[in-house]
Amino acid sequence: MHFTKPSPPSDDKRWRIVEATMRRHGYDPYALIETLHSVQQTFGYLETEALQYVAKALRVPLSKVYGVATFYHFFTLKPQGEHTCVVCMGTACYIKGAPHVVSAISEKYQVQPGETTSDGKLSLLTARCIGACGLAPAVVFDGEVAGKVTPEEALERIGRWTAQ
Amino acid sequence: MNQPVRVKTLKIDDRDVSGREDETILEIARQNGIFIPTLCNLQGLTPIGACRLCLVEIKGVSRLLPACVTRVEEGMEVYTQSERLQKYRRMVLELLFSERNHICSVCVVNGHCELQSMAQVLGMTHVSVPYRFPRLPVDASHERFVVDHNRCILCTRCVRVCDEIEGAHTWDVMGRGIDSRVITDLNQAWGESETCTSCGKCVNVCPTGALFEKGKPVSERLKKRQFLPYLTMMREERR
Amino acid sequence: MTPEELRKLAESQEEARPAPRHRIKICVAAGCLSAGSDRVRDALQNEVTRRGLENECEVQGVGCLGLCTMGPLMLVEPDGVMYQNVTESDAAAIVESLGKKPVEQLVCPSDMSFFTKQYKIVLENSGVIDPEKIEDYIARDGYTALARVLEDMSPQDVIDEITRSGLRGRGGAGYPTGLKWSTVAKAGGTRKFVICNADEGDPGAFMDRSVLESDPHRVLEGMAIAAYAVGASQGYLYVRAEYPLAVKRLRTAIRQAERLGLLGNNICGTTFSFHVDIRLGAGAFVCGEETALIASIEGKRGQPRPRPPYPAEYGLWGYPTLINNVETFANIAPIIRNGGDWFASIGTEKSKGTKVFALAGRVKNTGLIEVPMGITLREIIFDIGGGIPDGHRFKAVQTGGPSGGCIPEQYLDMPVDYESLAKVGSIMGSGGMIVMDETSCMVDVAKFFMDFCVSESCGKCVPCRVGTVQMYNILNRITSGEATMEDLALLEELCDMVKYTSLCGLGQTAPNPVLSTLQYFRDEYVAHIVDKQCPAGVCQMRQ
Repeated sequence: MHFTKPSPPSDDKRWRIVEATMRRHGYDPYALIETLHSVQQTFGYLETEALQYVAKALRVPLSKVYGVATFYHFFTLKPQGEHTCVVCMGTACYIKGAPHVVSAISEKYQVQPGETTSDGKLSLLTARCIGACGLAPAVVFDGEVAGKVTPEEALERIGRWTAQ
Repeated sequence: MNQPVRVKTLKIDDRDVSGREDETILEIARQNGIFIPTLCNLQGLTPIGACRLCLVEIKGVSRLLPACVTRVEEGMEVYTQSERLQKYRRMVLELLFSERNHICSVCVVNGHCELQSMAQVLGMTHVSVPYRFPRLPVDASHERFVVDHNRCILCTRCVRVCDEIEGAHTWDVMGRGIDSRVITDLNQAWGESETCTSCGKCVNVCPTGALFEKGKPVSERLKKRQFLPYLTMMREERR
Repeated sequence: MTPEELRKLAESQEEARPAPRHRIKICVAAGCLSAGSDRVRDALQNEVTRRGLENECEVQGVGCLGLCTMGPLMLVEPDGVMYQNVTESDAAAIVESLGKKPVEQLVCPSDMSFFTKQYKIVLENSGVIDPEKIEDYIARDGYTALARVLEDMSPQDVIDEITRSGLRGRGGAGYPTGLKWSTVAKAGGTRKFVICNADEGDPGAFMDRSVLESDPHRVLEGMAIAAYAVGASQGYLYVRAEYPLAVKRLRTAIRQAERLGLLGNNICGTTFSFHVDIRLGAGAFVCGEETALIASIEGKRGQPRPRPPYPAEYGLWGYPTLINNVETFANIAPIIRNGGDWFASIGTEKSKGTKVFALAGRVKNTGLIEVPMGITLREIIFDIGGGIPDGHRFKAVQTGGPSGGCIPEQYLDMPVDYESLAKVGSIMGSGGMIVMDETSCMVDVAKFFMDFCVSESCGKCVPCRVGTVQMYNILNRITSGEATMEDLALLEELCDMVKYTSLCGLGQTAPNPVLSTLQYFRDEYVAHIVDKQCPAGVCQMRQ
């Protein structure tokens, strides 16, 4: 059957990056996860239009795309806050007090792990070991890893963001 | 030409039986009238070994193996009814009953539900683990059918029949672990699905009251499954 | 490139560099990086430039030096002085001291047992070479094993050598590597695959990340040798997306190796071709299980399928597939270079060679270590690890992560090998080793791991999907003082059932942390249930 390649959901130039990923894999359905990585890296999250587009372009059933996107915790279907704070909850960090860091942030900013504050400023996330066990507890503030973080320090770093 | 079929002889529950090398323990057991309980398995769909009810003991193998996907081998000695297996099977059912909201008295398939009858057959008299009572939605947006997630046991028969037989792949599973849920398309309301052909195969293969047809009295909600072997056979012939 | 040319290239690398009088090697692996080592490196470089010493002193970013807790770490050569906790403001003093007396207050004593008790095979280049320069790797005999294999060994010779070495899978289960290779080699068909499992998801382990960040070529070389031995021409490296630095360095390494003809078509001028592609994991621990990993590379939900058939016969896209983990592949080149007998002379009777551990938790020296098999836990924790800090007392050591167990004090003198660890209810695992003191509550630890399994269960089979949740709920009731002794009995029944009926390794081993803590610390469970007290003072009891 003849197959027409669908056009991207918008004329946003960033779709070219996603298209390049799919082209590199010959629009093979097997490239679903690689393509979702590309979408998330480019747009920050996987929105519905993006999932529909990827499904059509790779000829993967819609429900399968959704099933894959929600199976892997690295993918997010919601936009992230302006700033992200990822607290490592690996074993070493856990026994060195990471839960206290999470609850301090959670209480002060009224945000549950995995969620974003209502003003869209801060996303609080937890990770299953970022591999910085030697520096437990570790927290990633906007992509920058900090080691041996106390709850006070974490609040102080976040406070600097919200003060701006 | 076809390869000559090799026949294997083995013992199931001390009975001498034989089968083709590409057949599973479950198939051979059924051919010989030996009962092995199953839930996710349905003849005509790819077996996945997920419900663990069909686990059997094999002499010389330390692990328990699912009969639905384990091929027969020469000289195998299979045991299907040990006390240990029966205990595990009852616990599998108990876990399933505790997982969502299975209340038979108010269920649309009360009396012809596979989960319910399996519990009776396997002698599951009570559930020893606490019920979780999750709050799960019911989607009645489809003009003919309803999906009630409270009664779903995630056997994925609907997913497989829609993909393998109907070829629409409207169904799949989202999330993972205890948060898994069957979905249509991009987790849309079933009634708004772009791919569903409303063929009703999913409803007919569902073992519980999770998928059912609207507007029929309970007594008429028997699942019609004869289409499966026929469709499978026709396809194989055409190949 | 022919083996002869490779040797020449290595030699020319040595000569081409007019060796600077001083070389400052600063660790830029993730641990030290998060302590700011990149800023320190820039500060050092600026200082060198400011003083016009560019020809005298080279500042080099290298891989992991091991003692992560003291990061950023750096090594000054040829003096062999190691500095710890270096900051940008120390740059001037360090450059000033070159060739003179070391900066006293920053010196990290390299004669401490942390360094002297280790035995490095996998980590031999970590902290020595620049991971982004293939020339550095070649100068340290890199790719000579591959060249030798292609020049004068048959695939069967390679498998025999690996079998002779006694190497066992370093991913945790310890399956003999030679046997696995030989199964894939014997499998029919012309299309086969080699996969490197770098989906290190065990919470508390960072060995693979460190190897990939510090010495990526070693893994590629191991994969290429494996591909030659089993007859594959395509390989995949399945890496966690959470390790961006490792991914970046691997991409660089693959590009460099392809440019020199050490990967790609007609490697070293022979008919052997091998291509490696990277596939990113996406945050699913279960994808460490080989059939789930294969599903993930195929672009599907990472759900395992029943084995048999094993991937060695029916793997990626249905073709015979060899899957080994990072550390296993990292051992291959040294085994070929030095011979299987050499490797077999290290370690114990059934566990050969060395093992890399990520030592963390309540221990003075946390970081990455490599020790010979058969070393005792006491030597690791008290000699290398420096013991328990702040006057606390050792309580247990956890190995094997969510699939392993907690080992109590009475087994501290036990040798570390696959069989001994299994005998006391734990496993070797991939190499996470978390030390706990009396401030850790063992029920809480068990709950932590069960919580992990609940959120990582793929949801396919009933015992793992529902059983782990029920076990977690019971543990939760115990730690909040709401459980009864009947709950404890139910917990034990569930442990037994989930262990023997789950579909894959994740479910089958999920009860292990509970079982091992119940075995050695049952009194703590009872204290929570009967006395409504947490002996370690960790759990908040509801009144």
